[in-house]
Amino acid sequence: MRTAKIVGLAALLIAFIAFPQVFPNPATTTIAVFTLLYATSTTAWNIFSGYTGYIALGHAAYFGVGAYAMALMCQDWHVLAGYSPFLLLPLTGLVAAAFALPLGWISLRTRKHTFVVITIAMFFIMQLMAFNLRSITNGSTGLSLPIPGEWHGDFFNVPFYYVTLILLLLALGLSWWIRNSKYGLGLLAIRDDEDRALGLGVKTGSSKLIAFVISAFFVGMAGALHAYFVGSIFPAFAFDPLFDVALALMTFLGGLGTLSGPIVGALIVEPAQQFFTMQFSKNGYYLIIYGALFLAIILLLPEGIVPTLSKYWLKWKTARSSTMSAPAPAEVVDQEQLSVRAKDGVKP
Amino acid sequence: MSLLEAHDVSKAFGGIRALEACSIAVEQGSITGLIGPNGSGKTTLFNVMTGYETVDRGDVRFDGKSITNATPDRVFQAGIGRTFQLTRIFPRLTVLENMHVAAQREGIRALLSRWSSSHEQRRALELLDFVGITHLKDLPAANLSYGQKKLLEFAYILIAEPRVILLDEPAGGVNPTMINHLADRIHALNQRGVTFLVVEHNMEFVMGLCDRVMVMHHGSKIAEGSPAEIRQNPAVLEAYLGD
Repeated sequence: MRTAKIVGLAALLIAFIAFPQVFPNPATTTIAVFTLLYATSTTAWNIFSGYTGYIALGHAAYFGVGAYAMALMCQDWHVLAGYSPFLLLPLTGLVAAAFALPLGWISLRTRKHTFVVITIAMFFIMQLMAFNLRSITNGSTGLSLPIPGEWHGDFFNVPFYYVTLILLLLALGLSWWIRNSKYGLGLLAIRDDEDRALGLGVKTGSSKLIAFVISAFFVGMAGALHAYFVGSIFPAFAFDPLFDVALALMTFLGGLGTLSGPIVGALIVEPAQQFFTMQFSKNGYYLIIYGALFLAIILLLPEGIVPTLSKYWLKWKTARSSTMSAPAPAEVVDQEQLSVRAKDGVKP
Repeated sequence: MSLLEAHDVSKAFGGIRALEACSIAVEQGSITGLIGPNGSGKTTLFNVMTGYETVDRGDVRFDGKSITNATPDRVFQAGIGRTFQLTRIFPRLTVLENMHVAAQREGIRALLSRWSSSHEQRRALELLDFVGITHLKDLPAANLSYGQKKLLEFAYILIAEPRVILLDEPAGGVNPTMINHLADRIHALNQRGVTFLVVEHNMEFVMGLCDRVMVMHHGSKIAEGSPAEIRQNPAVLEAYLGD
Protein backbone atom coordinates (compact mmCIF):
# COMPACT_ATOMS: atom_id res chain seq x y z
CA MET A 1 0.00 0.00 0.00
CA ARG A 2 2.73 2.39 1.07
CA THR A 3 5.03 1.44 -1.79
CA ALA A 4 2.13 1.78 -4.25
CA LYS A 5 1.63 5.31 -3.00
CA ILE A 6 5.31 6.21 -3.35
CA VAL A 7 5.50 4.72 -6.84
CA GLY A 8 2.36 6.63 -7.84
CA LEU A 9 3.72 9.92 -6.56
CA ALA A 10 7.07 9.35 -8.25
CA ALA A 11 5.29 8.62 -11.54
CA LEU A 12 3.28 11.83 -11.18
CA LEU A 13 6.43 13.80 -10.47
CA ILE A 14 8.16 12.35 -13.53
CA ALA A 15 5.11 13.21 -15.63
CA PHE A 16 5.29 16.81 -14.44
CA ILE A 17 9.03 16.98 -15.12
CA ALA A 18 8.68 15.42 -18.57
CA PHE A 19 5.67 17.49 -19.62
CA PRO A 20 7.48 20.34 -21.49
CA GLN A 21 9.65 17.78 -23.31
CA VAL A 22 6.64 15.77 -24.44
CA PHE A 23 4.49 18.79 -25.32
CA PRO A 24 6.98 21.47 -26.42
CA ASN A 25 4.32 23.56 -28.20
CA PRO A 26 4.57 27.08 -26.68
CA ALA A 27 0.76 27.44 -26.57
CA THR A 28 0.58 24.32 -24.40
CA THR A 29 3.50 25.19 -22.15
CA THR A 30 2.13 28.71 -21.61
CA ILE A 31 -1.08 27.20 -20.26
CA ALA A 32 1.03 24.81 -18.18
CA VAL A 33 2.98 27.67 -16.59
CA PHE A 34 -0.22 29.54 -15.72
CA THR A 35 -1.71 26.34 -14.33
CA LEU A 36 1.29 25.66 -12.12
CA LEU A 37 1.25 29.28 -10.91
CA TYR A 38 -2.37 28.82 -9.89
CA ALA A 39 -1.63 25.46 -8.31
CA THR A 40 1.12 27.08 -6.22
CA SER A 41 -1.22 29.88 -5.19
CA THR A 42 -4.12 27.59 -4.29
CA THR A 43 -1.81 25.32 -2.29
CA ALA A 44 -0.48 28.31 -0.37
CA TRP A 45 -3.94 29.81 0.06
CA ASN A 46 -5.18 26.48 1.36
CA ILE A 47 -2.50 26.46 4.10
CA PHE A 48 -4.31 29.43 5.57
CA SER A 49 -7.93 29.31 4.40
CA GLY A 50 -8.26 25.56 4.06
CA TYR A 51 -6.70 24.60 7.37
CA THR A 52 -8.09 27.42 9.53
CA GLY A 53 -11.45 27.79 7.78
CA TYR A 54 -10.96 31.55 7.44
CA ILE A 55 -11.88 32.33 3.83
CA ALA A 56 -9.55 35.11 2.70
CA LEU A 57 -10.64 36.82 -0.51
CA GLY A 58 -7.85 39.39 -0.63
CA HIS A 59 -4.77 37.37 -1.46
CA ALA A 60 -4.62 39.04 -4.87
CA ALA A 61 -3.15 41.93 -2.87
CA TYR A 62 -0.07 39.82 -2.09
CA PHE A 63 0.05 38.51 -5.66
CA GLY A 64 0.19 42.17 -6.75
CA VAL A 65 2.73 43.17 -4.12
CA GLY A 66 4.97 40.31 -5.26
CA ALA A 67 4.57 41.35 -8.90
CA TYR A 68 5.42 44.99 -8.19
CA ALA A 69 8.30 44.01 -5.92
CA MET A 70 9.77 41.97 -8.77
CA ALA A 71 9.30 44.76 -11.31
CA LEU A 72 10.76 47.43 -9.02
CA MET A 73 13.74 45.33 -7.94
CA CYS A 74 14.58 44.52 -11.56
CA GLN A 75 14.22 48.17 -12.47
CA ASP A 76 16.11 49.75 -9.55
CA TRP A 77 18.88 47.20 -9.29
CA HIS A 78 19.26 46.91 -13.08
CA VAL A 79 18.79 43.17 -12.97
CA LEU A 80 19.46 41.63 -16.37
CA ALA A 81 17.05 39.29 -18.08
CA GLY A 82 17.80 35.61 -17.81
CA TYR A 83 18.04 33.46 -14.75
CA SER A 84 18.95 36.18 -12.24
CA PRO A 85 15.36 37.51 -11.70
CA PHE A 86 14.45 34.02 -10.46
CA LEU A 87 16.93 34.52 -7.62
CA LEU A 88 14.87 37.51 -6.47
CA LEU A 89 11.81 35.34 -5.88
CA PRO A 90 12.40 34.68 -2.15
CA LEU A 91 12.86 38.43 -1.65
CA THR A 92 9.58 39.24 -3.40
CA GLY A 93 7.91 36.65 -1.20
CA LEU A 94 9.35 38.34 1.87
CA VAL A 95 8.03 41.72 0.70
CA ALA A 96 4.55 40.20 0.31
CA ALA A 97 4.89 38.60 3.75
CA ALA A 98 5.93 41.94 5.23
CA PHE A 99 2.67 43.43 3.91
CA ALA A 100 0.67 40.44 5.11
CA LEU A 101 1.92 40.67 8.67
CA PRO A 102 0.19 43.95 9.69
CA LEU A 103 -2.79 43.45 7.36
CA GLY A 104 -3.32 39.94 8.68
CA TRP A 105 -2.94 41.09 12.26
CA ILE A 106 -5.72 43.62 11.76
CA SER A 107 -8.09 41.45 9.73
CA LEU A 108 -7.70 38.41 11.97
CA ARG A 109 -9.31 40.29 14.82
CA THR A 110 -12.56 39.50 13.01
CA ARG A 111 -14.13 36.18 12.09
CA LYS A 112 -16.34 34.56 9.47
CA HIS A 113 -18.15 36.94 7.10
CA THR A 114 -16.60 40.03 8.61
CA PHE A 115 -13.18 38.60 7.94
CA VAL A 116 -14.07 37.92 4.29
CA VAL A 117 -15.32 41.47 3.80
CA ILE A 118 -12.26 43.00 5.46
CA THR A 119 -9.83 41.02 3.32
CA ILE A 120 -11.71 42.17 0.20
CA ALA A 121 -11.60 45.77 1.42
CA MET A 122 -7.86 45.54 2.08
CA PHE A 123 -7.35 44.18 -1.39
CA PHE A 124 -9.12 47.15 -2.97
CA ILE A 125 -7.09 49.58 -0.87
CA MET A 126 -3.91 47.96 -2.19
CA GLN A 127 -5.21 48.12 -5.75
CA LEU A 128 -6.03 51.81 -5.34
CA MET A 129 -2.55 52.43 -4.02
CA ALA A 130 -1.06 50.75 -7.08
CA PHE A 131 -3.10 53.11 -9.28
CA ASN A 132 -2.31 56.24 -7.30
CA LEU A 133 1.21 55.98 -5.91
CA ARG A 134 2.53 57.02 -9.32
CA SER A 135 6.04 57.83 -8.17
CA ILE A 136 6.54 54.19 -7.20
CA THR A 137 4.19 52.16 -9.39
CA ASN A 138 4.02 54.41 -12.45
CA GLY A 139 0.21 54.42 -12.10
CA SER A 140 -1.94 52.91 -14.80
CA THR A 141 0.92 53.12 -17.30
CA GLY A 142 2.37 50.14 -15.49
CA LEU A 143 5.91 48.81 -15.36
CA SER A 144 7.80 46.53 -17.69
CA LEU A 145 10.22 43.82 -16.76
CA PRO A 146 13.38 42.62 -18.48
CA ILE A 147 12.61 40.20 -21.30
CA PRO A 148 14.94 37.22 -21.66
CA GLY A 149 15.66 37.67 -25.37
CA GLU A 150 18.12 34.81 -25.63
CA TRP A 151 15.43 32.23 -24.77
CA HIS A 152 14.07 31.44 -28.21
CA GLY A 153 11.03 29.67 -29.49
CA ASP A 154 9.95 26.55 -27.68
CA PHE A 155 12.55 27.04 -24.97
CA PHE A 156 11.17 30.38 -23.73
CA ASN A 157 8.56 28.85 -21.43
CA VAL A 158 10.76 26.03 -20.15
CA PRO A 159 12.72 27.89 -17.42
CA PHE A 160 9.47 29.42 -16.16
CA TYR A 161 7.83 26.02 -16.14
CA TYR A 162 10.53 24.41 -13.99
CA VAL A 163 10.89 27.33 -11.58
CA THR A 164 7.13 27.32 -11.04
CA LEU A 165 7.20 23.57 -10.56
CA ILE A 166 9.88 23.97 -7.87
CA LEU A 167 7.77 26.66 -6.21
CA LEU A 168 4.74 24.36 -6.29
CA LEU A 169 6.71 21.47 -4.79
CA LEU A 170 8.01 23.73 -2.02
CA ALA A 171 4.49 24.96 -1.22
CA LEU A 172 3.15 21.41 -1.32
CA GLY A 173 5.96 20.13 0.89
CA LEU A 174 5.31 22.86 3.41
CA SER A 175 1.57 22.19 3.30
CA TRP A 176 2.22 18.49 3.91
CA TRP A 177 4.58 19.23 6.77
CA ILE A 178 2.15 21.63 8.42
CA ARG A 179 -0.72 19.17 7.97
CA ASN A 180 1.25 16.57 9.92
CA SER A 181 2.66 18.87 12.59
CA LYS A 182 1.31 19.85 15.96
CA TYR A 183 1.03 23.37 14.61
CA GLY A 184 -1.19 22.21 11.74
CA LEU A 185 -3.38 20.20 14.06
CA GLY A 186 -3.91 23.42 15.98
CA LEU A 187 -4.98 25.15 12.76
CA LEU A 188 -7.52 22.40 12.03
CA ALA A 189 -8.80 22.69 15.59
CA ILE A 190 -9.28 26.43 14.99
CA ARG A 191 -11.35 25.58 11.93
CA ASP A 192 -13.65 23.35 13.95
CA ASP A 193 -14.02 25.40 17.16
CA GLU A 194 -11.64 28.28 17.70
CA ASP A 195 -12.65 29.15 21.27
CA ARG A 196 -12.42 25.55 22.36
CA ALA A 197 -8.98 25.28 20.79
CA LEU A 198 -7.85 28.34 22.74
CA GLY A 199 -9.25 26.76 25.86
CA LEU A 200 -7.04 23.73 25.25
CA GLY A 201 -3.88 25.77 25.03
CA VAL A 202 -3.64 26.29 21.25
CA LYS A 203 -2.09 29.69 20.56
CA THR A 204 -4.88 30.62 18.17
CA GLY A 205 -3.86 34.23 17.50
CA SER A 206 -0.27 33.62 16.44
CA SER A 207 -1.13 30.34 14.69
CA LYS A 208 -3.61 32.05 12.38
CA LEU A 209 -1.30 34.97 11.67
CA ILE A 210 1.67 32.72 10.84
CA ALA A 211 -0.45 30.67 8.42
CA PHE A 212 -1.71 33.89 6.82
CA VAL A 213 1.84 35.20 6.33
CA ILE A 214 3.09 31.87 4.95
CA SER A 215 0.32 31.79 2.37
CA ALA A 216 1.01 35.42 1.39
CA PHE A 217 4.72 34.59 1.02
CA PHE A 218 4.04 31.95 -1.64
CA VAL A 219 1.27 33.89 -3.37
CA GLY A 220 3.68 36.86 -3.54
CA MET A 221 6.32 34.70 -5.23
CA ALA A 222 3.69 33.40 -7.66
CA GLY A 223 2.80 37.02 -8.46
CA ALA A 224 6.44 37.92 -9.02
CA LEU A 225 6.97 34.96 -11.32
CA HIS A 226 3.78 35.77 -13.20
CA ALA A 227 5.01 39.36 -13.69
CA TYR A 228 8.35 38.21 -15.07
CA PHE A 229 6.65 35.67 -17.32
CA VAL A 230 4.17 38.16 -18.76
CA GLY A 231 6.80 40.89 -19.04
CA SER A 232 4.77 43.89 -17.91
CA ILE A 233 2.37 44.74 -15.11
CA PHE A 234 -0.58 47.08 -14.68
CA PRO A 235 -2.52 47.77 -11.48
CA ALA A 236 -5.72 46.22 -12.84
CA PHE A 237 -4.01 42.94 -13.75
CA ALA A 238 -1.51 42.63 -10.93
CA PHE A 239 -4.28 43.34 -8.43
CA ASP A 240 -7.09 41.34 -10.00
CA PRO A 241 -10.16 40.50 -7.88
CA LEU A 242 -10.88 37.55 -10.18
CA PHE A 243 -7.66 35.97 -8.91
CA ASP A 244 -9.26 35.51 -5.51
CA VAL A 245 -12.43 34.13 -6.98
CA ALA A 246 -10.36 31.69 -9.00
CA LEU A 247 -8.34 30.58 -5.94
CA ALA A 248 -11.50 29.96 -3.95
CA LEU A 249 -13.28 28.13 -6.78
CA MET A 250 -10.31 25.90 -7.57
CA THR A 251 -9.74 25.00 -3.93
CA PHE A 252 -13.41 24.35 -3.23
CA LEU A 253 -13.66 22.22 -6.36
CA GLY A 254 -10.63 20.12 -5.42
CA GLY A 255 -11.39 19.95 -1.71
CA LEU A 256 -10.86 22.72 0.84
CA GLY A 257 -8.44 21.81 3.59
CA THR A 258 -7.07 18.73 1.84
CA LEU A 259 -3.47 18.41 0.74
CA SER A 260 -3.97 17.59 -2.94
CA GLY A 261 -7.39 19.19 -3.45
CA PRO A 262 -6.14 22.69 -4.31
CA ILE A 263 -3.78 21.28 -6.95
CA VAL A 264 -6.45 19.04 -8.46
CA GLY A 265 -8.76 22.06 -8.66
CA ALA A 266 -6.13 24.22 -10.31
CA LEU A 267 -5.18 21.46 -12.79
CA ILE A 268 -8.81 21.17 -13.88
CA VAL A 269 -10.02 24.75 -13.82
CA GLU A 270 -7.10 26.72 -15.24
CA PRO A 271 -6.57 24.68 -18.43
CA ALA A 272 -10.35 24.51 -18.90
CA GLN A 273 -10.63 28.24 -18.55
CA GLN A 274 -7.79 28.86 -20.99
CA PHE A 275 -9.31 26.39 -23.43
CA PHE A 276 -12.78 27.93 -23.25
CA THR A 277 -11.33 31.40 -23.55
CA MET A 278 -9.51 30.44 -26.74
CA GLN A 279 -12.41 28.50 -28.23
CA PHE A 280 -15.36 30.72 -27.42
CA SER A 281 -13.91 34.06 -26.39
CA LYS A 282 -15.46 35.96 -29.32
CA ASN A 283 -19.03 35.54 -28.22
CA GLY A 284 -18.48 35.24 -24.48
CA TYR A 285 -20.00 31.75 -24.40
CA TYR A 286 -17.02 30.57 -22.37
CA LEU A 287 -18.33 32.41 -19.33
CA ILE A 288 -21.63 30.55 -19.59
CA ILE A 289 -19.88 27.19 -19.95
CA TYR A 290 -17.64 28.09 -17.03
CA GLY A 291 -20.64 28.98 -14.87
CA ALA A 292 -22.59 25.87 -15.83
CA LEU A 293 -19.61 23.70 -14.99
CA PHE A 294 -19.44 25.18 -11.54
CA LEU A 295 -23.14 24.82 -10.91
CA ALA A 296 -22.89 21.16 -11.80
CA ILE A 297 -19.92 20.66 -9.51
CA ILE A 298 -21.52 22.44 -6.57
CA LEU A 299 -24.68 20.36 -7.00
CA LEU A 300 -22.92 17.04 -7.46
CA LEU A 301 -19.71 17.42 -5.45
CA PRO A 302 -20.36 19.99 -2.73
CA GLU A 303 -17.41 18.81 -0.65
CA GLY A 304 -14.94 18.86 -3.50
CA ILE A 305 -13.40 16.16 -5.63
CA VAL A 306 -10.74 14.79 -3.27
CA PRO A 307 -12.94 14.34 -0.16
CA THR A 308 -15.72 12.75 -2.23
CA LEU A 309 -13.38 10.32 -3.93
CA SER A 310 -11.64 9.38 -0.69
CA LYS A 311 -15.03 8.73 0.89
CA TYR A 312 -15.94 6.32 -1.92
CA TRP A 313 -12.51 4.72 -1.64
CA LEU A 314 -12.97 4.21 2.10
CA LYS A 315 -16.44 2.75 1.57
CA TRP A 316 -15.14 0.38 -1.05
CA LYS A 317 -12.23 -0.64 1.18
CA THR A 318 -14.39 -1.33 4.25
CA ALA A 319 -16.90 -3.20 2.10
CA ARG A 320 -14.11 -5.36 0.77
CA SER A 321 -12.46 -5.98 4.14
CA SER A 322 -15.76 -6.79 5.86
CA THR A 323 -16.59 -9.49 3.33
CA MET A 324 -13.09 -10.86 3.74
CA SER A 325 -12.64 -10.76 7.51
CA ALA A 326 -14.31 -9.72 10.78
CA PRO A 327 -17.25 -7.29 10.58
CA ALA A 328 -15.38 -4.28 11.91
CA PRO A 329 -17.91 -1.50 11.15
CA ALA A 330 -20.68 -3.25 13.08
CA GLU A 331 -19.12 -2.12 16.32
CA VAL A 332 -19.58 1.48 15.35
CA VAL A 333 -23.32 1.12 14.86
CA ASP A 334 -23.79 -0.50 18.21
CA GLN A 335 -23.64 2.66 20.25
CA GLU A 336 -25.85 2.03 23.26
CA GLN A 337 -24.12 -1.22 24.14
CA LEU A 338 -20.82 0.48 24.00
CA SER A 339 -20.69 1.98 27.45
CA VAL A 340 -21.39 -1.33 29.12
CA ARG A 341 -18.71 -3.13 27.23
CA ALA A 342 -16.31 -0.28 27.83
CA LYS A 343 -16.88 -0.46 31.53
CA ASP A 344 -15.96 -4.09 31.71
CA GLY A 345 -12.77 -3.63 29.83
CA VAL A 346 -11.12 -0.71 31.58
CA LYS A 347 -8.40 -0.43 34.10
CA PRO A 348 -8.72 2.60 36.36
CA MET B 1 -6.46 23.66 51.58
CA SER B 2 -8.64 25.06 48.87
CA LEU B 3 -7.24 24.56 45.40
CA LEU B 4 -9.63 26.71 43.40
CA GLU B 5 -11.27 29.78 44.84
CA ALA B 6 -13.60 32.49 43.61
CA HIS B 7 -13.71 35.40 45.96
CA ASP B 8 -16.47 38.02 45.94
CA VAL B 9 -16.94 37.67 42.17
CA SER B 10 -19.53 39.78 40.36
CA LYS B 11 -20.48 39.66 36.72
CA ALA B 12 -23.31 41.48 34.94
CA PHE B 13 -24.58 41.10 31.38
CA GLY B 14 -26.30 44.40 30.70
CA GLY B 15 -28.92 44.69 33.41
CA ILE B 16 -28.80 41.02 34.38
CA ARG B 17 -26.52 40.32 37.31
CA ALA B 18 -25.39 36.78 36.70
CA LEU B 19 -22.99 36.69 39.63
CA GLU B 20 -23.41 38.80 42.74
CA ALA B 21 -20.48 38.82 45.19
CA CYS B 22 -20.17 35.08 44.78
CA SER B 23 -17.52 33.23 46.77
CA ILE B 24 -16.76 29.53 46.56
CA ALA B 25 -13.79 27.40 47.52
CA VAL B 26 -13.04 23.95 46.13
CA GLU B 27 -10.96 21.78 48.44
CA GLN B 28 -7.98 19.90 47.05
CA GLY B 29 -8.85 16.29 46.35
CA SER B 30 -12.59 16.74 46.67
CA ILE B 31 -15.47 16.09 44.32
CA THR B 32 -17.56 19.18 44.81
CA GLY B 33 -21.04 19.54 43.39
CA LEU B 34 -22.50 22.85 42.30
CA ILE B 35 -26.26 22.92 42.02
CA GLY B 36 -28.93 25.55 41.74
CA PRO B 37 -32.00 26.42 39.69
CA ASN B 38 -31.66 27.42 36.04
CA GLY B 39 -30.19 30.89 35.68
CA SER B 40 -28.60 30.88 39.11
CA GLY B 41 -25.15 31.61 37.65
CA LYS B 42 -23.46 28.20 37.69
CA THR B 43 -22.22 28.25 34.12
CA THR B 44 -21.22 31.92 34.37
CA LEU B 45 -19.15 31.05 37.41
CA PHE B 46 -17.49 28.29 35.37
CA ASN B 47 -16.82 30.73 32.57
CA VAL B 48 -15.16 33.36 34.76
CA MET B 49 -13.07 30.71 36.49
CA THR B 50 -11.80 29.27 33.19
CA GLY B 51 -11.14 32.53 31.36
CA TYR B 52 -14.10 32.45 28.98
CA GLU B 53 -15.62 35.53 30.65
CA THR B 54 -14.00 38.40 32.52
CA VAL B 55 -15.16 39.39 35.98
CA ASP B 56 -16.50 42.84 36.83
CA ARG B 57 -15.27 42.60 40.38
CA GLY B 58 -13.60 40.09 42.68
CA ASP B 59 -10.85 37.60 42.03
CA VAL B 60 -10.23 33.97 41.13
CA ARG B 61 -7.36 32.03 42.65
CA PHE B 62 -5.87 28.70 41.73
CA ASP B 63 -3.39 27.07 44.07
CA GLY B 64 -2.84 30.39 45.81
CA LYS B 65 -2.09 32.33 42.63
CA SER B 66 -4.47 34.80 41.02
CA ILE B 67 -5.89 33.74 37.67
CA THR B 68 -8.45 36.53 37.54
CA ASN B 69 -9.27 37.37 33.91
CA ALA B 70 -6.51 35.12 32.54
CA THR B 71 -7.09 33.87 28.98
CA PRO B 72 -8.50 30.34 28.51
CA ASP B 73 -5.18 28.93 27.28
CA ARG B 74 -3.36 30.23 30.36
CA VAL B 75 -6.01 28.80 32.66
CA PHE B 76 -5.78 25.44 30.94
CA GLN B 77 -2.01 25.39 31.12
CA ALA B 78 -2.15 26.32 34.79
CA GLY B 79 -3.94 23.00 35.34
CA ILE B 80 -7.67 23.63 35.11
CA GLY B 81 -9.60 21.56 32.58
CA ARG B 82 -13.27 21.96 31.78
CA THR B 83 -16.05 20.47 29.73
CA PHE B 84 -19.04 22.30 28.31
CA GLN B 85 -22.74 21.91 28.85
CA LEU B 86 -23.14 21.50 25.10
CA THR B 87 -20.21 19.23 24.35
CA ARG B 88 -17.51 20.93 22.33
CA ILE B 89 -15.32 18.54 20.40
CA PHE B 90 -13.68 19.08 17.00
CA PRO B 91 -16.20 17.38 14.69
CA ARG B 92 -14.09 17.09 11.53
CA LEU B 93 -10.99 15.76 13.27
CA THR B 94 -10.78 12.09 14.12
CA VAL B 95 -11.19 10.98 17.71
CA LEU B 96 -7.45 10.45 18.02
CA GLU B 97 -6.67 13.86 16.52
CA ASN B 98 -9.06 15.41 19.03
CA MET B 99 -7.00 13.85 21.78
CA HIS B 100 -3.79 15.38 20.44
CA VAL B 101 -5.15 18.93 20.21
CA ALA B 102 -5.13 19.24 23.96
CA ALA B 103 -1.57 17.93 24.22
CA GLN B 104 0.04 21.22 23.34
CA ARG B 105 3.76 21.70 23.56
CA GLU B 106 6.09 24.54 24.34
CA GLY B 107 8.52 25.97 21.81
CA ILE B 108 8.56 26.35 18.04
CA ARG B 109 10.53 23.20 17.26
CA ALA B 110 8.08 21.09 19.20
CA LEU B 111 5.21 22.63 17.26
CA LEU B 112 6.78 21.80 13.93
CA SER B 113 7.30 18.15 14.69
CA ARG B 114 4.62 15.56 14.04
CA TRP B 115 1.43 15.87 16.05
CA SER B 116 1.51 12.26 17.12
CA SER B 117 4.76 11.68 18.97
CA SER B 118 4.96 8.12 20.27
CA HIS B 119 4.76 9.21 23.88
CA GLU B 120 1.65 11.32 23.29
CA GLN B 121 0.16 8.62 21.12
CA ARG B 122 0.50 6.05 23.88
CA ARG B 123 -1.01 8.45 26.39
CA ALA B 124 -3.91 9.29 24.06
CA LEU B 125 -4.71 5.62 23.47
CA GLU B 126 -4.45 4.93 27.19
CA LEU B 127 -6.99 7.63 27.94
CA LEU B 128 -9.36 6.53 25.17
CA ASP B 129 -9.13 3.11 26.71
CA PHE B 130 -9.77 4.62 30.14
CA VAL B 131 -13.11 6.09 29.01
CA GLY B 132 -13.79 3.13 26.74
CA ILE B 133 -13.89 4.52 23.19
CA THR B 134 -10.61 3.19 21.79
CA HIS B 135 -12.35 1.32 18.99
CA LEU B 136 -13.67 4.63 17.61
CA LYS B 137 -10.27 6.28 17.39
CA ASP B 138 -10.11 6.68 13.61
CA LEU B 139 -13.65 7.96 13.11
CA PRO B 140 -14.42 11.65 12.62
CA ALA B 141 -15.62 12.90 15.99
CA ALA B 142 -18.85 14.12 14.39
CA ASN B 143 -19.90 10.48 13.90
CA LEU B 144 -19.93 9.76 17.64
CA SER B 145 -23.13 9.53 19.65
CA TYR B 146 -23.95 12.22 22.17
CA GLY B 147 -22.67 10.22 25.11
CA GLN B 148 -19.50 9.21 23.28
CA LYS B 149 -18.80 12.85 22.53
CA LYS B 150 -19.04 13.60 26.23
CA LEU B 151 -16.56 10.83 26.94
CA LEU B 152 -14.23 12.15 24.27
CA GLU B 153 -14.34 15.67 25.68
CA PHE B 154 -13.66 14.23 29.10
CA ALA B 155 -10.75 12.15 27.79
CA TYR B 156 -9.02 14.91 25.85
CA ILE B 157 -8.84 17.30 28.76
CA LEU B 158 -7.21 14.50 30.76
CA ILE B 159 -4.28 14.39 28.35
CA ALA B 160 -2.96 17.66 29.76
CA GLU B 161 -3.12 16.16 33.26
CA PRO B 162 -5.16 18.94 34.87
CA ARG B 163 -5.19 19.17 38.67
CA VAL B 164 -8.80 20.25 38.76
CA ILE B 165 -11.57 19.45 36.29
CA LEU B 166 -14.75 21.45 35.96
CA LEU B 167 -17.60 19.43 34.49
CA ASP B 168 -20.65 21.31 33.22
CA GLU B 169 -23.66 18.95 33.27
CA PRO B 170 -21.76 15.77 32.41
CA ALA B 171 -24.87 13.62 32.85
CA GLY B 172 -27.27 15.78 30.85
CA GLY B 173 -28.99 13.79 28.12
CA VAL B 174 -26.88 10.68 28.71
CA ASN B 175 -28.35 7.22 29.29
CA PRO B 176 -28.15 5.71 32.83
CA THR B 177 -25.49 3.14 31.97
CA MET B 178 -23.28 5.86 30.61
CA ILE B 179 -23.90 8.00 33.72
CA ASN B 180 -22.71 5.19 35.96
CA HIS B 181 -19.71 4.66 33.73
CA LEU B 182 -18.85 8.36 33.98
CA ALA B 183 -19.27 8.44 37.78
CA ASP B 184 -16.98 5.44 37.98
CA ARG B 185 -14.32 7.20 35.88
CA ILE B 186 -14.57 10.35 37.99
CA HIS B 187 -14.03 8.33 41.15
CA ALA B 188 -11.05 6.56 39.63
CA LEU B 189 -9.40 9.87 38.72
CA ASN B 190 -10.27 11.38 42.08
CA GLN B 191 -8.43 8.56 43.78
CA ARG B 192 -5.36 9.56 41.81
CA GLY B 193 -5.65 13.08 43.23
CA VAL B 194 -7.67 14.97 40.63
CA THR B 195 -10.09 17.51 42.10
CA PHE B 196 -13.55 17.89 40.56
CA LEU B 197 -16.14 20.63 40.47
CA VAL B 198 -19.36 19.38 38.92
CA VAL B 199 -22.42 21.33 37.81
CA GLU B 200 -25.35 18.98 37.43
CA HIS B 201 -29.15 18.93 37.54
CA ASN B 202 -29.39 15.21 38.09
CA MET B 203 -29.67 15.18 41.90
CA GLU B 204 -29.19 11.45 42.23
CA PHE B 205 -25.92 11.73 40.33
CA VAL B 206 -24.69 14.72 42.38
CA MET B 207 -25.65 13.32 45.76
CA GLY B 208 -24.11 9.96 44.97
CA LEU B 209 -20.88 11.32 43.50
CA CYS B 210 -19.93 14.41 45.47
CA ASP B 211 -18.51 14.68 48.94
CA ARG B 212 -19.43 18.37 49.18
CA VAL B 213 -22.27 20.26 47.56
CA MET B 214 -22.70 23.99 47.07
CA VAL B 215 -25.97 25.60 46.14
CA MET B 216 -26.26 28.76 44.08
CA HIS B 217 -29.23 31.06 43.75
CA HIS B 218 -29.49 34.50 42.15
CA GLY B 219 -25.78 34.65 41.46
CA SER B 220 -24.38 33.78 44.84
CA LYS B 221 -23.82 30.78 47.07
CA ILE B 222 -26.66 30.21 49.54
CA ALA B 223 -25.63 26.93 51.11
CA GLU B 224 -22.77 24.46 51.38
CA GLY B 225 -22.40 21.13 53.09
CA SER B 226 -22.39 17.40 52.72
CA PRO B 227 -25.07 15.92 50.43
CA ALA B 228 -27.10 14.90 53.49
CA GLU B 229 -26.97 18.38 54.95
CA ILE B 230 -27.95 20.01 51.68
CA ARG B 231 -30.94 17.71 51.32
CA GLN B 232 -32.32 18.99 54.59
CA ASN B 233 -31.42 22.66 54.17
CA PRO B 234 -34.62 24.76 54.07
CA ALA B 235 -32.97 27.57 52.10
CA VAL B 236 -32.16 25.11 49.31
CA LEU B 237 -35.70 23.80 49.17
CA GLU B 238 -36.99 27.34 48.97
CA ALA B 239 -34.61 28.23 46.16
CA TYR B 240 -35.83 25.28 44.10
CA LEU B 241 -39.50 25.40 44.96
CA GLY B 242 -40.33 28.78 46.42
CA ASP B 243 -40.04 32.46 45.48
